[in-house]
Amino acid sequence: MNTLEDAKITDMKARYKPGVLKYRQMGYWVPDYEIKETDVLAVFRITPQDGVDPEEAAAAVAGESSTATWTVVWTDRLTDCEYYRAKAYRVDPVPGQPGQYFAYIAYDLDLFEEGSIANLTASIIGNVFGFKPLKALRLEDMRIPVAYMKTFQGPATGIIVERERLNNYGRPLLGATMKPKLGLSGRNYGRVVYEALRGGLDFTKDDENINSQPFMHWRDRFLYCMEGVNKASAETGEIKGTYLNVTAGTMEEMYERAEFAKALGSTIIMIDLVIGYTAIQSMAKWARRNDMILHLHRAGHSTYTRQKSHGVSFRVIAKWMRMAGVDHIHAGTVVGKLEGDPAVIRGIYDTCREPVTRANLAHGLFFDQEWASLKKLMPVASGGIHAGQMHQLLTYLGDDVVLQFGGGTIGHPMGIQAGATANRVALECMIKARNEGRDIWNEGPEILAAAAKWCTPLRAALDTWKDVTFDYASTDSVDYAPTPTMA
Amino acid sequence: MRITQGQFSFLPDLTDEEITMQVQYALDQGWIVAIEHTTDPHPRNAYWDMWGQPMFDLADAAGVMMELGDCRQANPNSYIKILAFDSNKGFESIRMSFLVNRPAEEPGFELVRAEAAGRQLNYTIRSYATAQPAETRYR
Repeated sequence: MNTLEDAKITDMKARYKPGVLKYRQMGYWVPDYEIKETDVLAVFRITPQDGVDPEEAAAAVAGESSTATWTVVWTDRLTDCEYYRAKAYRVDPVPGQPGQYFAYIAYDLDLFEEGSIANLTASIIGNVFGFKPLKALRLEDMRIPVAYMKTFQGPATGIIVERERLNNYGRPLLGATMKPKLGLSGRNYGRVVYEALRGGLDFTKDDENINSQPFMHWRDRFLYCMEGVNKASAETGEIKGTYLNVTAGTMEEMYERAEFAKALGSTIIMIDLVIGYTAIQSMAKWARRNDMILHLHRAGHSTYTRQKSHGVSFRVIAKWMRMAGVDHIHAGTVVGKLEGDPAVIRGIYDTCREPVTRANLAHGLFFDQEWASLKKLMPVASGGIHAGQMHQLLTYLGDDVVLQFGGGTIGHPMGIQAGATANRVALECMIKARNEGRDIWNEGPEILAAAAKWCTPLRAALDTWKDVTFDYASTDSVDYAPTPTMA
Repeated sequence: MRITQGQFSFLPDLTDEEITMQVQYALDQGWIVAIEHTTDPHPRNAYWDMWGQPMFDLADAAGVMMELGDCRQANPNSYIKILAFDSNKGFESIRMSFLVNRPAEEPGFELVRAEAAGRQLNYTIRSYATAQPAETRYR
């Protein structure tokens, strides 16, 4: 395929003759490129149109996400254009997916503004996603160099400090999203908050679309919720919190709501992903200044993360959000009602929590990523999980996670407090058993059954939801099988 | 009222044998075990009295259990907790915390509501026990 016609044109007069060239002729395909440790790296899944060869498609992605336009422009020659050009340096066929390729592209650090997710993404997922010579394009993973990473604040609080503030160690945190999502008055809503916290949860949560609607305006919600939080705290001796969603139409309104949450003594506030990257970064700065834990609900992400052929992988969104500075992010449950292949989820959780993530294709991680001491981001598992899955949740997700049982608390046949207690007892007995050296993956059901003998709420929870599973094939899965290792 | 701080407060109180297993788990992770006690279990009381220093360089849970026995004898009617510290980079904080002793009577907390403008309430949580001087609590 490497005909002379496709090669990079080195004669400057020919290179800058007005007209149209192939992207690889313009210099965006550099297979012998030597990666610099300060380069931003990206790997895209590309599906070229029929007749477009993969190297040219990769070069086009590099071009369109950096300096190029569709035609030759002489003004390139006023710049050190070789330096600013992104370089596609590698193309691999996707295993088992004819017509799809992984294209690796390197971007010089100078293409990006410090501390700006907006600027980073305007290049990497800007115009290029609508580019006609590609049928589809998906951003699979990125490597952010330490030099660039250090220009981001990172999580306002981080897992370690969050636990110290909450005086809560050695087990996942427990939460619940308030239901019904819409319609409750402030007073009724606060009741659900109180009952769930009093029963044994650490956190309750506004849902993504609870902002300030006719049935419940935001001040009313905040006031009643904090009554529930403080009352539950006094009655248990534990620090509790409720994620007060401050999402609003303007930054000014969000700041006003956040300030009120602070004045009421809330430990945590919440925002939705749909407010946009810059708004998220602004709220993260506010949270750092005001000792506030910042919860992010990933509202909207499935529109672009779920399909494998086109969009942005959630592991990249998780990476950007750790840089942007949120403290909590919904990251999948494996066993619940929402999308989540175990290997993909593992890669996302590692991206949130590890000080360094190593390339691991079996988990969907394409690059080594040094996190440069950015704090750890607490993953949140939410959506269709219940007490009977505790051994699976703990095995898949580990200790540093918020397990959120919304329906699994509020839908309990004996009431909300009983639902919360069932979850807390299930969690504590499973942690205890694991620490005692028991094989919770296999013995989990009997460990739960033993606790249910003295804990009626747990018995009722297990009876109610014993057969509930969401066993559907995942849409987003990894493309590489685990490499067998020599024992 | 039973305060529910710590990892295992929703379970029946741990027996000494069960405490030993948890301590051994912590030691096996390379964590450092410490004992702390208090008569003021306010949720934001971060600094309980230390029963000596964290037990560095200890591999056997039996040593911790001896110290716990002494601590209980000296403070039979206090809250006592076992903590495990992780000194590794990325953590450098507490990894476990659970109660191993409670007073016979747990008076709990009062929620004090100070009414302010705009329907706002300023909340304070007050330990009933702290109305008494420290030496005379839970007598």
